[in-house]
Amino acid sequence: MASPDLKDKALVVEDLVLYFKLTHGIVQAVDHVSFSLDKNRAVVVIGESGCGKTSMGKALTRLLPRNVSRYSGKVYIDGVETMSMDDETYRREVRWVKISQVPQAAMNALNPVLKLKDQVMEPLLLHYRNVSEEEALEQVHEVFDFVGVPDAFIERYPFELSGGMRQRVVIAMALITRPSVIVLDEPTSALDVLTQANIYNVLKRIKWEKGTSFVLITHDVATSSELADDVLVMYAGHMMEHSSAKEFFDEPLHPYAKMLMAAVPKLYGDEDLQFIPGKPPSLLNPPTGCRFADRCPFATEKCKTEPPTFRVGDRFVKCWLYEKDADEIVNSPQELAGVQE
Amino acid sequence: MNTQKSTVVDVTARSTEKPLLSVRNLKVWYELKRFGFLHAGYVKAVDNVSFDLPRGEAIAVVGESGCGKSSLMKAILGLVHPHDGEILFEGKNIWEGGREAMRAYRMQVGYVQQDPYGALPPFMTIKRILEEPLILAGVKDKKKRLERIIRSLEEVKVSPPEDFLNKYPHMLSGGQQQRVVIARALIRDPKMLIADEPVSMLDASVRVEILKLLDEVQKERNLSVIYITHDLSTVRYFSERIFVMYAGKLIEKASTHEILHNPKHPYTLALLNAISDPLAENATKLRDIPPGEPPSLVSPPPGCRFHPRCEKAIKGLCEVKEPRHVQVGERHTVACWLYDEERE
Amino acid sequence: MGFLKSFFREVRYYPSAIVGLLIIFGLVVLATYAVIAIPYHRAIDLWRGSGNIWYRNPKNAPPKWVNYFRDKKLPETIDLDSRKQGVAQRKEKPLGKGKQIELTFHFNYTADEFPHDMVIYFYPTYKAKPPFVTGEWITPDGRKIRLGNFAVTNGFSFWLNQDKKLRSRIQRIFEREGIPAQIALLLDPDSLPKDPNVAVEKVARPLKGKYTIKLKFLTFEPDSDVNAEYIAYGGVYGLAGTDHLRRDLMVGLLWGAPVALAFGLISALVIGIATMIIAAVGVWYGGIVDDLIQRITEINMVLPFLPILIMVGIFVSRSLWMIMLVTIALSIFGAGIKSYRAMFLQLRESPYIEAAQAYGAGDTRIIFLYLIPRILPMLIPGFISAVPSFVFLEASLAVLGIGDPVLPTWGKIIQDAQSNAALYKGLYYWILEPSVLLMVTGLGFALLGFALDRIFNPRLRQE
Repeated sequence: MASPDLKDKALVVEDLVLYFKLTHGIVQAVDHVSFSLDKNRAVVVIGESGCGKTSMGKALTRLLPRNVSRYSGKVYIDGVETMSMDDETYRREVRWVKISQVPQAAMNALNPVLKLKDQVMEPLLLHYRNVSEEEALEQVHEVFDFVGVPDAFIERYPFELSGGMRQRVVIAMALITRPSVIVLDEPTSALDVLTQANIYNVLKRIKWEKGTSFVLITHDVATSSELADDVLVMYAGHMMEHSSAKEFFDEPLHPYAKMLMAAVPKLYGDEDLQFIPGKPPSLLNPPTGCRFADRCPFATEKCKTEPPTFRVGDRFVKCWLYEKDADEIVNSPQELAGVQE
Repeated sequence: MNTQKSTVVDVTARSTEKPLLSVRNLKVWYELKRFGFLHAGYVKAVDNVSFDLPRGEAIAVVGESGCGKSSLMKAILGLVHPHDGEILFEGKNIWEGGREAMRAYRMQVGYVQQDPYGALPPFMTIKRILEEPLILAGVKDKKKRLERIIRSLEEVKVSPPEDFLNKYPHMLSGGQQQRVVIARALIRDPKMLIADEPVSMLDASVRVEILKLLDEVQKERNLSVIYITHDLSTVRYFSERIFVMYAGKLIEKASTHEILHNPKHPYTLALLNAISDPLAENATKLRDIPPGEPPSLVSPPPGCRFHPRCEKAIKGLCEVKEPRHVQVGERHTVACWLYDEERE
Repeated sequence: MGFLKSFFREVRYYPSAIVGLLIIFGLVVLATYAVIAIPYHRAIDLWRGSGNIWYRNPKNAPPKWVNYFRDKKLPETIDLDSRKQGVAQRKEKPLGKGKQIELTFHFNYTADEFPHDMVIYFYPTYKAKPPFVTGEWITPDGRKIRLGNFAVTNGFSFWLNQDKKLRSRIQRIFEREGIPAQIALLLDPDSLPKDPNVAVEKVARPLKGKYTIKLKFLTFEPDSDVNAEYIAYGGVYGLAGTDHLRRDLMVGLLWGAPVALAFGLISALVIGIATMIIAAVGVWYGGIVDDLIQRITEINMVLPFLPILIMVGIFVSRSLWMIMLVTIALSIFGAGIKSYRAMFLQLRESPYIEAAQAYGAGDTRIIFLYLIPRILPMLIPGFISAVPSFVFLEASLAVLGIGDPVLPTWGKIIQDAQSNAALYKGLYYWILEPSVLLMVTGLGFALLGFALDRIFNPRLRQE
């Protein structure tokens, strides 16, 4: 996971901050998050609703609402720093060129009055001026074939398709410009089990055959394992744990992650399900100290101060429990992201 | 083919005493109209479904969206009139006996919906929300109503109850809202509970709480429960029997243990196969999924409705004749030609 | 209750709403005062002018406060009634079968302009023989002018400007023709123009100071008595001025408030509620009921609203209640039904409605306790915003001449002003006062309505 060179990584995020302004205060949705993603890998951002993971997705693609209070940090895509770009340059050179997004409730993101082919062609025509309409149409055919949408549907309207099909179309739209990174926010939340599995098959094939990297945002721990190479756990705007998928699903480190895993219903096995009492803190006035302390069964006095992020082997954990086992305390965002300047 | 309306006996039911709910050859068909009045066919949402539900048993109806489980539930709740067939509650057809009989039936059934916030009128306080069923049941004494409301809030572990009486739904978390919905469903001490995807709109960590609550409540009150869901991984925690539904038909009925460890129908197998347990190795291989999509309910495929997607389909049989339920194990029936010895 | 509290908390953020609320509050206070101070029947009587109630007022006089904006102050009406305590000095001496009575009136003239007219009303009591009077006018600088001798019969009034004898007397005194009595008796002789071709009115100034009117009466019967009232009709009157029938416009302006509010509020409220209920019933029962309601609505929307009202006004009745009834009847099945229907159609699919059906709630219960409360918050801004249009409707009908014939309303005042060529005559106050009130009413409700719309309609809020 840790490769020291910026250019080898698909995505490097350093000290990302995104705060929103509401009438009653400031929502600290993304609070100093750093991580990196190697090429052709998928990182899954897991958390409950209200933990800031959707905001992080928006922060990565700069699809921000109007009431932003603070937006800072560094985001390197394919080695190029993008936060310092102005909006117009970002729109032209980064969005949908280097990084694209499949938003939440994506099935409803399709324009109901446009034919599918027109919608899916659009990103291509917008960002690559020298592509003719015939070439674009060919690309549409190709990408539809790839995601498993029958050719005939090109001339159809969104309402004629089932939910699963529409989701595939939206993925096709995100894919058609061959970006390096695709951000997916709850891609299968409203879909059935079989359709869900189908979609993940499509995503896996994209990863294996097109070399794309993924940031998958979801609260569904179980299905996230279908795509995950790395796992990032978010809670109340903080990054609580960052590990490889293998290490995480075997044994999560952070108490919150442990409890989350214990709350996942499993088909087989005899364990009783555990649930986490209480509810996540509001991002409006997050508590000082560790934000999970009031729900954590292992909390101590020390947790009243915010723990730093510790490195345990190749894993990162933001919890005082690992103070002794840690190899080191990670201080700089660069170290967290695993890059050297 | 035997066209006589036989007394269907559900061999998968736990007890042989008279069942609480008995669904016989139920058909819920919606009429399609062209130009507003020309008949253009039927959407056969529920097509000839039969089962028995004894007192105190929790069953799960599992299927994907569009399989007809919502229509089945609506018919059982009396919200939609069946095209054909019978729904018998304690031996009596719920549709015979006029409005009084239907009202009496409704007192005995509790309904928990999928969307906890949508299920609660946003302009009513919690107290008022829970009062409504009691008022409709004819409980005139205000004090008695308040007592019952407080008791039901305590039962669903919303405490202290007094704090919540004057709150509005939007002030509660998703989990709390669902608890109130459950309290409302139970406040008239019904004999049966229908739960339609009660946890699918809740967060992962809250789902467990609610499922556990439902389980507790069911055992304590000896409720018959119909739990409708598309998420097989939750049924283990909450149901004794599972019915798998596909394209308007029940294709497999068995105890939970049997379904999970001994599934027979190819569709059931596909469902189980598609569910992920959180293991990192999932990312290394593709899942084996039957191709295609669930069929249209207006003109379903002839014969077995799953045959176009089934890799084990028997040519000349599965696409021609509809399979019937055969027993394949203890408390286990399946509608599939693969297990029917009487196939030609 | 909690709803009201949170409402007021929200309103705080919208200054326009506060202004609107204050305006409406002011109107309500005005209306309440009008109804209490001048009860309904009295108001109608007053406005009809029956019994010569307004005789003390000048005609077409602007309000008193106009004088603040003039350097040449217009006189106020001088009204000296000997029947009132302390107004006139009375000296009585028995004489023969009756008495000799001397009534002396004093007043201080301070205005820069002359009054419009002068009159002395007499109130004699006698059986057969009317008393006899001699009148004398004394200026501040001591000049005495004889007013005349008359027999004081019942209802006798002496309009100074119309008495021929007084006119010729004035002509002799001032050696000029055609000086009106109210000017001649009050003018400063030094201000008379030397040039006989120059009109006196243009140049003459009144002589300021204390004036005296002496009236000497002779009564011929033992119980005969007499009282007199001297009125100099000023150029200004009261807070609002007067109209062509000498009516104090304040009555009309005051009473216009409750009429406008009643018409506007009642119409808007009844229509709003009725529309909402009908839409809900139609949506819930669906099928034929819904179709019927929609067809009625569509046909009704095509009908010409104002012409029908005019026809009803002309052929049936012009009473305010009739107009309001017809307005409401025609407006219920209007565009409101369509927009409420759209909202109810969406709400009908709500899960909580399904839940209510499942636990046995009947149709009526669902409509009134589950569907309508959801829409009520949206009803309120709509209802408030609709009030001005009904207020203006009533005023428009009145201006067209089809308003209520007996009630004093703002529209009626405007109509009177218009048919008496007020603008042409320069009587701007007559038109401005009711118009400003109408506009302020509209403004108040509109401000509040828009703010409420933003409060109750979250989509319009600025986050």
